[in-house]
Amino acid sequence: MADTGIGASVRRKEDQRFITGRGHYTDDLNRPGQAYAFFVRSPHAHARIKSVNTAAAARSPGVIGVFTGQDVAADKLGSIPCGWGVTQKDGKPMNAPPHMPLAADKARYVGDQVALVVAETYNQARDAAEKVVVDYEVLPASVDLAATAKKGAPVIHDQAPNNVCFVWGLGDEAATKAAFAKAHHVAKLNLVNNRVIPNAIEPRAAIGDFDTGDDSYTLYVTSQNPHLARLVISAFVQIAPESKLRVVAPDVGGGFGSKIFIYAEECVVTWASRKVGRPVKWTAERFESFLSDAHGRDHLTHVELALDKDGKFLGLRVDTTANMGAYLSNFASAIPTYLYGTLLQGVYTTAAIYCEVTSVFTNTVPVDAVRGAGRPEATYLIERIVDVAASDMGIDRAEIRRRNFIAAIAFPYQTQVALQYDSGNYGASLEKALTMIDYAGFEKRRKEAAGRGKLRGIGLASYIEACGIAPSQVVGSLGAGVGLYEAGQVRFDATGNVTVFTGSHTHGQSHETTFAQIVSDYLGVPFEKIEVVHGDSGRIPFGMGTYGSRSLAVGGSAIVRAMDKVIAKGRRIAAHLLEASEADIEFKAGKFSVKGTDRAKTIGEIAFAAYVPHNYPLSELEPGLDETAFYDPANFTFPAGTHVCEVEIDRDTGVVAVERWVAVDDFGRIINPMVVAGQVQGGVAHGVGQALCEAAVYDKSGQLLTGSYMDYCMPRAGDLPSIEVDTTVTLCTHNPLGVKGCGETGAIAAPATLINAIVDALAPLGVKHIEMPATSQRVWQAIHSAS
Amino acid sequence: MPTVSLEVNGKPVKAEVEARTLLVQLLRYDLGLTGTHVGCDTSQCGACVIHVDGRAVKSCTMLALQAGGTKVVTIEGLARDGKLHPMQAAFKEHHGLQCGFCTPGMIMAAVDMANRIPNLDEKTVRHELEGNLCRCTGYHNIVQAVLAGAKAMRA
Ligand code: FES
Ligand code: FES
Repeated sequence: MADTGIGASVRRKEDQRFITGRGHYTDDLNRPGQAYAFFVRSPHAHARIKSVNTAAAARSPGVIGVFTGQDVAADKLGSIPCGWGVTQKDGKPMNAPPHMPLAADKARYVGDQVALVVAETYNQARDAAEKVVVDYEVLPASVDLAATAKKGAPVIHDQAPNNVCFVWGLGDEAATKAAFAKAHHVAKLNLVNNRVIPNAIEPRAAIGDFDTGDDSYTLYVTSQNPHLARLVISAFVQIAPESKLRVVAPDVGGGFGSKIFIYAEECVVTWASRKVGRPVKWTAERFESFLSDAHGRDHLTHVELALDKDGKFLGLRVDTTANMGAYLSNFASAIPTYLYGTLLQGVYTTAAIYCEVTSVFTNTVPVDAVRGAGRPEATYLIERIVDVAASDMGIDRAEIRRRNFIAAIAFPYQTQVALQYDSGNYGASLEKALTMIDYAGFEKRRKEAAGRGKLRGIGLASYIEACGIAPSQVVGSLGAGVGLYEAGQVRFDATGNVTVFTGSHTHGQSHETTFAQIVSDYLGVPFEKIEVVHGDSGRIPFGMGTYGSRSLAVGGSAIVRAMDKVIAKGRRIAAHLLEASEADIEFKAGKFSVKGTDRAKTIGEIAFAAYVPHNYPLSELEPGLDETAFYDPANFTFPAGTHVCEVEIDRDTGVVAVERWVAVDDFGRIINPMVVAGQVQGGVAHGVGQALCEAAVYDKSGQLLTGSYMDYCMPRAGDLPSIEVDTTVTLCTHNPLGVKGCGETGAIAAPATLINAIVDALAPLGVKHIEMPATSQRVWQAIHSAS
Repeated sequence: MPTVSLEVNGKPVKAEVEARTLLVQLLRYDLGLTGTHVGCDTSQCGACVIHVDGRAVKSCTMLALQAGGTKVVTIEGLARDGKLHPMQAAFKEHHGLQCGFCTPGMIMAAVDMANRIPNLDEKTVRHELEGNLCRCTGYHNIVQAVLAGAKAMRA
């Protein structure tokens, strides 16, 4: 089993269809009688909709229907909800204005959905959309994050005076104040966590398909969590009860958070398919992705770190303004609070922490989770302020981290900000990373580069993240509207093949391979005989989906629990067949045997007996071998590690070349090292993109200036070095696999690592900080204003 | 509507298309060859790369009518007699794909790259991939796959 079991770099089952062009992404699917949809979107950031005249569009060739916000209101569709209610510092609930699937009263950002045209062909729908006449009263827009909560700023929602969604605090304010009062040194920094656009390469798409025969709907959609989509579209938007709605998320071309959310478009095409009595397909053009996929990050932060004379961290104070955009997306409120403030302990013993977050509305695309979600923001500020403190106090950057690490023997470790870390060894990853990059020899390389006229710098970041979200009762007490368990089902057929149904969704994560490895390893069934099914609410018992690096820790654990049930039942069947007592049956490597004898039955034989129960204890046991488990985790998991990189900066152009990248991470037990390395490398590239070139830029009127790949800079192959990946291992103590999760850590660690390296390269010129993205222009300016 | 005739994956094809129809639309929607993907509207992502008369072309950048009389090969036509093209095999072996959406374009661009440039090295591959975006892999394994696939193509 070793070559396909846990720990082996098994080549992927899913590859065959993708490398031959036989995948089934949403836009590849076509339903009989399908019509096509195009959305009319607001060209204004903030405008009252006085009227929408659809007459000319309705007469346009091929048009089947034109729908507006008034139609949505007439059919009493509900608001798209924010699923996490944050309680404010003063005890009041957050301000959560409604978000209707088509805007009826006001458009609140450029791209806001105002009307839908359905036609025989896509081109006809697109042409007709230009004939929809919307009479807008253009209003002043509130676009600037720093100014939107100030007096006099245009108010976006009546329900949110001053455009404030909430003011939230976490930690011990008084203790933190006291810590600062006795500090030897206080390091301070203002920083911007730049707004990014997720940019999965597959644009979002949806096909609503109403079955007039039985009054039921099927929605095919680019989703990371089809069951959650079903829940929201049923219980909140109220298009159909869950029993009448099937949501299928087939092959999905990357998510990175952006396909967690239930968007207006998929609600509207589902609803519209009934209105027109035909399947309705919508596929985003890339400009629509820029204008409507939830954006990420977008924080303004002031951070202060109090230190004693030896460089020990006494206190951390963080004040953040977080952008929500124009409406609250499904998890928007959780990102800058429970996925951010709770991570401010980092990997350090900082004695007192206080964090305050003001979350505000602006006339921009809604902001929600993007790969890492809150945790990159937390890591960025911690690892930047630690570097600033080290530089202020003249302490080596690796050394100041060593002095403050939570010790390997200190677990479980209760943080100052609500979490309890179960395991870790932060020093081990740091030392390994430093050795791999030859930290000790760096000054020689800096000198050598200087001889070539280049500024060379080294940077490191020791991050932690919380993933495997999450214990349902914990998140429930913190405001989550859902439970966050996962479901798994393991079904044998009579011939011994296994089908695994998982509520997790794979859109690049490789579950079809890694989950099969786990099952093969546990049940002793050949890897080739195991099929993993995901992404269909009609086939899978339930699911909360894939985000926050939770699939293996939560979804994988659910499968293990289902396998435990299979083995338990198999043991009873074996006891009957082998005429032994159940207590004497042991299960190993796919065989049930009677202890101390060579009498045994393979699990395949047991499955056959279960489905052809001629010799079977029918009075005590049901036939069949098909078990389902729901797994609700006891805690988050806490991957951590250290990334180190080296850069060279060209003085004349300000161009930053990333020369080397070393990542040493602790993910707990590793199922497939090849897949894990790929996840890390992809995450690092995402984080390098944020740090080096990506930024969503709005002009004062709220027009998105970076609305295509011409203006929004995506990292390309030439912007990146090879990414050297290694691991250290401490097992997660509370899930059956001992796993932690690896999908986001690269994006979490990379921005701080890279900016620390760039600042180090520029430090000889007196530069103390540079904002992201560190474009060549920005770096060039820093060089020239310094010298 | 005007008619266009061309050869696609070795088979003659004739279709009526609107003049504004892009080659990628003809492939995906008229011929059902959905392996060629669309990831952008500004000719930058490379998800749509195919071969036209043996050269890599972004099929979103060409009108279907312009392809009249050409020989087109798409990702579906790369494997021969059920045997993967060496570049396809290399992408699998080196884990050069995750979600798979950029993959057809990557593979078609890589085959063209290997055909044009005899001795590929990492730097050249990274530079040549300028027109292909991947959000999943960080390019590391794509570069490894292209190098290995190119080597296997010469063998
Ligand atoms: S679809 Fe993006 S380059 Fe053709
Ligand atoms: S593998 Fe997902 S975009 Fe490249």
